[in-house]
Amino acid sequence: MGLNELHAEVVAGVVDRVVNRYRRDPSCMLQILREVQEACDWIPPAAIDRMQELLGVPRTKIEGVAGFYSFIYTEPRGQYRVLFSDNITDRMQGNRAMMERLCNNLWVERGKVSEDGLVSVGKTACTGMSDQGPGMLVNNYAIAGLSEARIDEIAELIRNKVPLAEWPPAYFRIEDNIRRADILLNADFKPGAALLAARARTPSDGLNASNTRSWREGLPSGIGGPAATLDEIKRANLRGRGGAGFTTGLKWEACRNAPLKAGHQRIIVCNADEGEPGTFKDRVLLAKCPDLVFEGMTVAAYAVGATRGFVYLRGEYRYLLDHLNAVLAHRRRENLLGKDICGLPGADFDIEIHVGAGAYVCGEESALIESLEGKRGTPRNRPPFPVTNGYLDQPTVVNNVETFAAAALIALNGGEWYAAIGTKHSAGTKLLSVSGDCARPGIYEYPFGVSIRQVLADCGASDTQAVQVSGPSGICVAEAEFDRIIGFEDIPTAGAFTIFDQSRDMFEVARNYVHFFQHESCGFCTPCRVGTSLLKNLMDKLHYGSGSPYDFAEIEKLNQLLQSMSHCGLGHTACNPVLDTIAKFRPAYEKRMMQQDFTPAFDLDRALSSARQMTGRDDAAAHLTTEHGSKP
Amino acid sequence: MSHTFTLDGKTIPFVDGQTIIQAASAAGVFIPHLCYHPEFKAHGSCKLCTVKVNGRHTASCTMRAAAGMVVESETEEINDERRALTQMLFVEGNHFCPSCEKSGNCQLQATAYHLGMMSPHYDHFFPNRAVDASHPEVLLDFNRCILCSLCVRASRDVDGKNVFGLSGRGIKTHLIVNAKSGQLADTDFSLADKAAQVCPVGVILQKRQGFAVPIGARKFDKAPISETTEER
Ligand SMILES: Cc1cc2nc3c(=O)[nH]c(=O)nc-3n(C[C@H](O)[C@H](O)[C@H](O)COP(=O)(O)O)c2cc1C
Ligand code: SF4
Ligand code: SF4
Ligand code: FES
Ligand code: FES
Repeated sequence: MGLNELHAEVVAGVVDRVVNRYRRDPSCMLQILREVQEACDWIPPAAIDRMQELLGVPRTKIEGVAGFYSFIYTEPRGQYRVLFSDNITDRMQGNRAMMERLCNNLWVERGKVSEDGLVSVGKTACTGMSDQGPGMLVNNYAIAGLSEARIDEIAELIRNKVPLAEWPPAYFRIEDNIRRADILLNADFKPGAALLAARARTPSDGLNASNTRSWREGLPSGIGGPAATLDEIKRANLRGRGGAGFTTGLKWEACRNAPLKAGHQRIIVCNADEGEPGTFKDRVLLAKCPDLVFEGMTVAAYAVGATRGFVYLRGEYRYLLDHLNAVLAHRRRENLLGKDICGLPGADFDIEIHVGAGAYVCGEESALIESLEGKRGTPRNRPPFPVTNGYLDQPTVVNNVETFAAAALIALNGGEWYAAIGTKHSAGTKLLSVSGDCARPGIYEYPFGVSIRQVLADCGASDTQAVQVSGPSGICVAEAEFDRIIGFEDIPTAGAFTIFDQSRDMFEVARNYVHFFQHESCGFCTPCRVGTSLLKNLMDKLHYGSGSPYDFAEIEKLNQLLQSMSHCGLGHTACNPVLDTIAKFRPAYEKRMMQQDFTPAFDLDRALSSARQMTGRDDAAAHLTTEHGSKP
Repeated sequence: MSHTFTLDGKTIPFVDGQTIIQAASAAGVFIPHLCYHPEFKAHGSCKLCTVKVNGRHTASCTMRAAAGMVVESETEEINDERRALTQMLFVEGNHFCPSCEKSGNCQLQATAYHLGMMSPHYDHFFPNRAVDASHPEVLLDFNRCILCSLCVRASRDVDGKNVFGLSGRGIKTHLIVNAKSGQLADTDFSLADKAAQVCPVGVILQKRQGFAVPIGARKFDKAPISETTEER
């Protein structure tokens, strides 16, 4: 039997162990919940009782946090919790049929827990395996490259209650699929080299004292190692790789110059939330060159005078955690983290990893910080910005994984070297996560300025209809635009490059993305919370054949509202996929405009479907004929 | 230090640290709002108070005033957008005003009148939300909750109790109370709490007070919300 019916004392014991390891610190709430769940399979009320006692926080706070994250369960979800990745690429790779197969195999209804409480099967947003889909998570561990045979084997393992740790390791193998490497992925990097180079930028020994003081107190000291390193980052023209493209040197400088309150320290945060559907390059960077990323964070700490670092790793990448912690431990042993790093007195910096729990919005930097503080992942009111008031109100730099990796190379090789790569406005290289209709999906690293057409040729795409660049919140590029280039001056990207050939229905692509935004809206602000649901309903209405030209106007109006009134970027971009595809693939919509005049979304026959299901009827007499084309 | 900005062409003085809405209401200018309350830290979630500052949309309850700002509020564009937000709030919950004890005292209703909202426009979501009648003195009708978090802030910051909190995410965001049973009766809530007074809509209602003041003679029946002072 599972742990579902664990006694209160056993649960309390688990909670005690976890909470004490987190120093009874309520700001570690999310990590505590995640680990308690790993032991108990869910968060039973007795666990909340105990957490309330030990952490001294109200129940509303614990339940509020638990209720925000998709992967934290306050109701039993079984000993085996299976979630199918439901990105559009997973759909194209047949995830729906596989999910049905598994459900049939296990006698469980989609989204529900089996009657014996053993297993639940549901779906989740893109798990970051688009290059090797369809993917799934079992108890938050990633499995990729599913096939019908694998599904049957998994059903067998679950039925026989084989513990996850005893499943064949091959199931959990995730490929890097690096197809084109450039300066980052080719770097023959020796851990510590960038830090030594940064230290060497100290003009003279005489300045060393003031530099180390600058690290310790976070006081910029004008010239010397930290300032010289910052100058190199600026000279390199490095811009953020997480999507917004903010100039990294300016961000670091703002944090370095932010006044420190008593007892405060500066913080470096690596954003490894990588939630944008179709993006998986941070996963590969962390798997293949974690030292480069950690070293980039340490270089940032050196430059701005930070002493504490975090990696916010998305819950879907839980499987990377142990390896990453081992790398961190090794770096500590090598004196590349910890106290007096590289023998520099006062150079103290360490990194801890926090794991997310299924919330795309936590990639937004202020929501990420809230989540790091153990709260609901709601974006903050800005200003103030994280560089002055971030983690626990302290000056904080948040950068993407790839940004830190690039920063390490810049510290090593200098800003001029870096600025010479790419284009005038976009220095360096960019990792693209290529997936969808092509022969060779995977990671492609190019100097900025590469054309869409070139990437398509390199990855073996043919008969391409469209490319979604930078995921649902990015832009949808049609054939006429394939000579446009990747770069801040033309098509900026966080890295996703999802290819659709002529056989794909671009309306369904957009509908999948709209469902994603609706599911991931944090619910804080009215326009995004309600607007993404309205948009989803409109797209479903079109899908069911009740659409009319009137609905175009309605979508346009919603877009206006979400762009102007939303609290964060999620709401601002939620309509992009629809507007782009309406503009560029109108026939996909027109095909669905069965109605000339306004038609209500309500369809009596569809509304009766739950009654049909309950009564087990599906005969002709159980259906109503309506004027417009609803599908039985 | 005192400075000024302009709001729809009118000069508004402010002191350092004041938000746009604080300065505006001190100067007697009304900006529609639902989650803002002068006694509490701003939340910035309903977005009704959105204005344009130097051409950019921003919530006036969270944006600090700055000297020389050019702020637009009563424009057709902004009021159209605000009206759409009230429509969204109406369809998201279950609001049957004629049978609601709060009708006439309700800020959502009064704001909708103020903005000339004639219909809900969107299809109703008709969510399934239970009522909590467990408490001897107070009824919670979650059907009308607009998630403004005023009760959360009042209970936490004034009453020192944390009776209310928000849970869930996205369209499933909902109010919870501080009890293992999930029932208000099992919390330390009392009618004397500040949190019992702040709900702008008809969620937190005193029992056995139904229609003590007849509809037609209530607060916003006498004067529109734009001319009514803040206390509720
Ligand atoms: C809804 C939303 C989700 C985001 N997700 C991510 C993410 O997964 N990874 C990331 O690096 N940045 C993400 N961002 C951007 C971050 O807010 C932030 O700009 C970025 O981490 C800064 O790092 P950079 O300057 O190195 O790009 C997201 C932004 C929004 C609005
Ligand atoms: S709370 Fe206000 S808006 Fe809601 S039903 Fe009652 S009167 Fe109507
Ligand atoms: S109950 Fe009232 S005060 Fe509390 S969040 Fe809901 S609408 Fe706001
Ligand atoms: S709910 Fe997150 S931006 Fe509005
Ligand atoms: S009143 Fe400003 S956002 Fe609600």
